Amino acid sequence: MTLWLILLGMALVTFALRAAFLLLPPGVELPAFFRRALRYVPAAVLTAIWAPEVLVQNEQLPAGAVAIAVAWRWRTTFATIIAGLLALHLFAWLM
Amino acid sequence: MLLGIIPFGVITGVAMVASGIPPLAAMLMSVFVFAGASMVASAQLLASSAPALLIVLTTLVINLRFMMYSASLRLHFADAPLRQRLAVAYLTADNVYGLMLSRFSDHPDDPGKFDYFLGAGLVVWAAWQAAVLAGVLIGAGVPAEWRLEFAAPLAFIAMTIPLLRDRAMVAAAVAAGAVIAVSSDIPLKLNIVLAAAVGIAAGLFCEKKK
Repeated sequence: MTLWLILLGMALVTFALRAAFLLLPPGVELPAFFRRALRYVPAAVLTAIWAPEVLVQNEQLPAGAVAIAVAWRWRTTFATIIAGLLALHLFAWLM
Repeated sequence: MLLGIIPFGVITGVAMVASGIPPLAAMLMSVFVFAGASMVASAQLLASSAPALLIVLTTLVINLRFMMYSASLRLHFADAPLRQRLAVAYLTADNVYGLMLSRFSDHPDDPGKFDYFLGAGLVVWAAWQAAVLAGVLIGAGVPAEWRLEFAAPLAFIAMTIPLLRDRAMVAAAVAAGAVIAVSSDIPLKLNIVLAAAVGIAAGLFCEKKK
């Protein structure tokens, strides 16, 4: 039961965010400060999700560093995932 | 581009089933929520039996970026019929939004915006749902020693790094990462909310000093 409530809540919240400015009347604008703050949401939130998995004192740390380097250089999700997983197994074997 | 969505979708499907969400609920979540990062995070929270309200709050924080996209997409679709605006809202995803910007931001008066968005959105949507379904079906079938669960943080790294184009963005990410690193004792992943707040503040602060 709780699971269905969570599903419903997640769906409503996510759709409301997606639809917000497409449905509001044209005159309604976000306050400038809020708009500026919103720019930093993806970088801050996404980092908060992956950092705990990478900042671990084992092979996950160097594997994360490899993934960051690959993402920086090639900017493709697929290469980042493959390089990170290969590095994880390589460092696990070495360490 | 689909090369990035497909492994991430498969991982999302595997992560949801691994956290105990029944396959049918996982697919319904994929269709109705259609936002991978928040689904992986919710799966982790569900597995640690976090309260429902916190899971929805975390979803809100992770998906706040869609609100930013909607403000930007309004410039293109303000005059479209309601039906089209609802379709655009539902299909808004990081990569679809990215495609739309790269095609139309320098040519805002070109015709066929809605058809372009709908086409890109439906292709991404179909590839995503197929990938999640594959992940849900594979589920526990993936050998644990492959450590495929590590692919979820890797996918988030791949989404984060291209955002770090200026000093303020880097400050936001580094501050959020630093807060998370020292606040793992805070229960129920509320440290994500704290880290997001500090990261945003750090970004704004560094921007001001420029």
